[in-house]
Amino acid sequence: MTDATTAAAPQPPARSLTREIWGQFRKHTGGLIGLCVFIFIVLAVFVGPYIHTIDPNKIDIRAKNQGPSVLHPLGTDNLGHDMLAQILAGGRISLAVGITAMLLSLVLGTLVGVISGYIKKLDGPLMRLTDLFLALPLLPLLLVIIMLFRDTLRAAFGPETGIFILIVFVIGITSWMHTARIVRGDVLAVKSQEFILAAKSSGMREWRIVLRHILPNVMSSIMVSATLGIASAIITESALSFLGLGFPSDFPTWGRLLFDGANFLQINPSRVIWPGLAISLTVLSVNYLGDAVRDALDPRMLKR
Amino acid sequence: MFNYTLRRLLFAIPTLLVISFIIFALLDLAPNDPTGELPLTIPPEVREQIRASLGLDQPFFIRYLLWMQQFFINEPLNLLEKMTGWQIGDGSRMRILSWATRSPVVDLIVERLPQTLWVVGLSYLLAVIISIPIGVISAYKQYSIFDQIGTFVSMVGFSVPTFFTGVVLIVIFSSWLQWFPSVYDTNHQVTDFASLMFQIKQMALPVIVLTLYNTSQIARFVRASMLDNLNQDYVRTARAKGVKENIILLVHVLRNSLIPVVTVIALGVPTIFSGAIITEQIFRVNGLGQLLITAIQGADIPLVQTLTFIFAVLIVLFNLIADVLYGILDPRIRYD
Amino acid sequence: MKKLTVFLASTAAALALAGTAANAERATDGDLKILFWQAVSTLNPYLSGGTKEIYSSSLTIEPLARYDQTGTLTPWLVTEIPTVDNGGVAKDMTSITWKLKPGVKWSDGTPFTAEDVIFTWQYCTAPDGGCAQKAQYEGVKSVEALDPTTVKVTFTEPKYYPYSAFVGAQSPIIQKAQFKDCVGAKAPGCTSANFGPIGTGPFVVKEFKPNDVVTYVANPNYRDAAKPAFASVTLKGGGDAPSAARAVLETGEFDYAWNMQVEPEVLATMIAKGKGKIETAFGTQVERINLNWFNPDPALGDKRSTKEAGPHPALKDPAVRKALSMAIDREVIDEVGYGEAGKPTCNIVPAPDIYISTTNDWCLKQDIDGANKLLDEAGWKKGSDGIRAKDGVKLSFLYQTSTNSVRQGTQALVKDWWQQIGVASELRNVAASVFFGGDPASPDTFQKFYADVEMYTNNFDGTDPEKYLAEWLCDKIPSPANGWQGQNIPRYCNPDYDKIVAELAKTGDLAKRAELAKKANDMLTAEGAHIPLIHRGQPSAISNTLAGVNMNAWDSELWNAADWSRKK
Repeated sequence: MTDATTAAAPQPPARSLTREIWGQFRKHTGGLIGLCVFIFIVLAVFVGPYIHTIDPNKIDIRAKNQGPSVLHPLGTDNLGHDMLAQILAGGRISLAVGITAMLLSLVLGTLVGVISGYIKKLDGPLMRLTDLFLALPLLPLLLVIIMLFRDTLRAAFGPETGIFILIVFVIGITSWMHTARIVRGDVLAVKSQEFILAAKSSGMREWRIVLRHILPNVMSSIMVSATLGIASAIITESALSFLGLGFPSDFPTWGRLLFDGANFLQINPSRVIWPGLAISLTVLSVNYLGDAVRDALDPRMLKR
Repeated sequence: MFNYTLRRLLFAIPTLLVISFIIFALLDLAPNDPTGELPLTIPPEVREQIRASLGLDQPFFIRYLLWMQQFFINEPLNLLEKMTGWQIGDGSRMRILSWATRSPVVDLIVERLPQTLWVVGLSYLLAVIISIPIGVISAYKQYSIFDQIGTFVSMVGFSVPTFFTGVVLIVIFSSWLQWFPSVYDTNHQVTDFASLMFQIKQMALPVIVLTLYNTSQIARFVRASMLDNLNQDYVRTARAKGVKENIILLVHVLRNSLIPVVTVIALGVPTIFSGAIITEQIFRVNGLGQLLITAIQGADIPLVQTLTFIFAVLIVLFNLIADVLYGILDPRIRYD
Repeated sequence: MKKLTVFLASTAAALALAGTAANAERATDGDLKILFWQAVSTLNPYLSGGTKEIYSSSLTIEPLARYDQTGTLTPWLVTEIPTVDNGGVAKDMTSITWKLKPGVKWSDGTPFTAEDVIFTWQYCTAPDGGCAQKAQYEGVKSVEALDPTTVKVTFTEPKYYPYSAFVGAQSPIIQKAQFKDCVGAKAPGCTSANFGPIGTGPFVVKEFKPNDVVTYVANPNYRDAAKPAFASVTLKGGGDAPSAARAVLETGEFDYAWNMQVEPEVLATMIAKGKGKIETAFGTQVERINLNWFNPDPALGDKRSTKEAGPHPALKDPAVRKALSMAIDREVIDEVGYGEAGKPTCNIVPAPDIYISTTNDWCLKQDIDGANKLLDEAGWKKGSDGIRAKDGVKLSFLYQTSTNSVRQGTQALVKDWWQQIGVASELRNVAASVFFGGDPASPDTFQKFYADVEMYTNNFDGTDPEKYLAEWLCDKIPSPANGWQGQNIPRYCNPDYDKIVAELAKTGDLAKRAELAKKANDMLTAEGAHIPLIHRGQPSAISNTLAGVNMNAWDSELWNAADWSRKK
């Protein structure tokens, strides 16, 4: 009986809430453009290879270091790889790594941040754990993780998926601390405000208070962390690759293309412009998307 | 608040001990080796003897305890001797020696501090000074042209990595225009105006690269947090009461928006000490970042352990400072 | 007594000053700026062993004899190279006697004597010292002074190549007076001595910031009053190879940069600015792909890549080993990754001239069709996925190397060619400090070789390949029993080969030695212990304003820095 009422009661407002959020979102021009650009990038890297069918690992040594041409719209690198094909293939990996790793670190960070901000008993231990993770030297940590888990994952999931899981995991668990500290700070500030006390005294369950009142109020910091998180995940992945701790060298990624191209800046500028643009555009579009989502979810905006 | 701070400081000691142990274990477990960068012409048995002379043949716990003794007893005593000129004991204490250079680790760190503070510290300071006004104006005039340009520049600044911006700046300003040197001279002494100008010139490129990156990050958090607070009821109340806009903005809203900003800055300040690895490498600033990365690559455990541990102390300290600042910024936050 | 030494020292200093004043040539060319992108961590090569430390210390401390740019032994602190003919080397090859140049002084003005030479040997062979150059003194029974300028080195057994101790940049003479309290376990504690060794060379260390910058000034007591031309040297470290090349070739901030392993076209654009050039010296470095003769299947666990794992299921077939080599176009690898700094080779001993063999030069020409035919005939049939297989064994290899952009480029090229002969490969690159680290706990070291094929470079010190060729002996195979500490990385084992190497160690005649070394070299390539790819040189960037550089791969590149000068 109680189940039925609780389940039935919030239903109509929930539907209109979604619609209202979408309505808010649509009003946000930047957000719409961001959404379009993001969808375009995703479509390009997933559908693009069916249109531009050159194999990204095809080597044509006679056609190395070429500028743009009909056959190679973005030119070729110093081994004669087609740059467009490389960027499309690199985009699939970079986007997948960037978004999954960012989500992982965001979920971890938010979880730790909210718990330690909200539950006083857990604040000390969780924040000391955060201090520990902040202090750990990244490179030796990576070397150890890779030494311990690479072969196991390779055996279980194959070389590509295995490395993918490893990299997402590594980036995720080494980048959640900032989000956690920031969210905790916000939660501490929000927690002491009147409406939370009111909700508490009205007998609202703790987890509902967190979901309904705390989370929406710390959303904007989380969104900023998310956009910055995608960028740093893409860059960190490239750092791992060129240290020999990431994907094998025949898996192009945006960060790696940018790194390899940096020395060829004067010979073939398109080798750095395109991957650099791809990373920047992705981050920009996610940023505007994040802005729009935050505005749409803002409880005070809805009230207006 | 005082009680809280004291309690936290006391609790920091066991925390740091645990951290130091975990770091040491991690470094010991890592598969790189101090003889890894030697030419292959050096035969395996000689490599084994080199490892033994570094003390690597000792068991793990002995090495950890030795480091503890050197770090917590010998080095502070040595520092005391240097500062006061006293002679404590017979002066034959083993200091922490780096494996690569065979010289005291603390001396290496002291030697590297000036350039890191000049370049990384200054760029962080600049970033804080620049980013707060940018963030405030961007939020106050949300979606204005200033805000749009600010968003664009900071997003590009954050998503283009320093290994790329560094090379671009060198090609433009060192190679084409020949305005700034591409190699940082760590022996340079500032004595007069001309040498100061040279110092500014050689710092210009690395500082620009780092400032761009840090400004982007901090400005985004200032903007987001300001936006949150601008929509709060108290702002409307204050406006209705006829409080001046400047005062609302700079006293009420900014103060309340500073919590995430304080968090980000407190997380950022210790990283000044760990240096800027990539930027320092590109411009050959050879500060603490370069010291750390060469030590890691060369598996120089005493050096990495000491640097990382000092870094950990700073992290714990600055996070404590941030927590104390929360209480000052927002008196409603209580810890006891 | 003490007063007397002080008196002597001060008169020596006064004389030296007079010497500088009398001759205007020394120290007139200002500051020489050198860039080592791998920074120097100590100036005592006995404590480090790294190439950068050997080179940087060679400006101050010198050996008795050096190799010149052609690999010929040249007397340096001695009057002549001892040989059997001039009586310097005993007929039974058990001792060698060096005659020191008279009148050579340390930079502090004290005389250089036989005692210093003896001390250097004692220093490096002291127990617990961890001397990185101990191998140079292997087989030395005693070193004694016959008189203050004559040193006799006695060997434990006949040594047919006696020029190892005190020869070449790896074993320079250090001053007894400075290091006498730094022997054995006390060596690392002598920081000021390790950071500023007193030497007989053209420059004196003025200031050393480890891993950053070394400042030298001209040695006032250098034996040639007219040298060095430069008043000081700044040796800066840090960064990476491309930016170091840029600082010499494009911005002109530096005069000399070492180890320019950069893509040839990038260097070409920089050289086009007209500020400098690249010069390459060829030593004995060969980039090679080692083939694993044992089975590295991960399913075998700890047994993989050991004798217990059994022979490699695919690479045990000589046809496969040969086909893998035939499919490679060494010219293209050279053009893409090395340019002037490399030459295609089929030898593992690529120099000096007397050791160069041409027996295996078939490999210089790529032959995809031939390789395909060879594999067809050997019964390896292409499957539906284009990969060859026989008896359930697929030609699919894990191909590992260290992380380095040129090596990753080579990997991509080789993978492409192997695909054309129906061989699949999975690429892997490992951080260099792990790959070459030799940590027995790590699965990724080149010694453990948990892969089917792996690529890296190796060489030998000096000009004699005897010790190097002994690396492929059966008993040098790395295994858990010896802590993976063997140098026979491909796990090649052939009793006939062992016999040739044993004979080489007993042969004194140079022509016969060359013949045996060639035979051993040919055997290794023909049987497919490895696939030699590129004979690698040492490229350095040199400013157009710098004169007198004579690139040398057999000794320190800075070996003749005393002769360097500024072009007028």
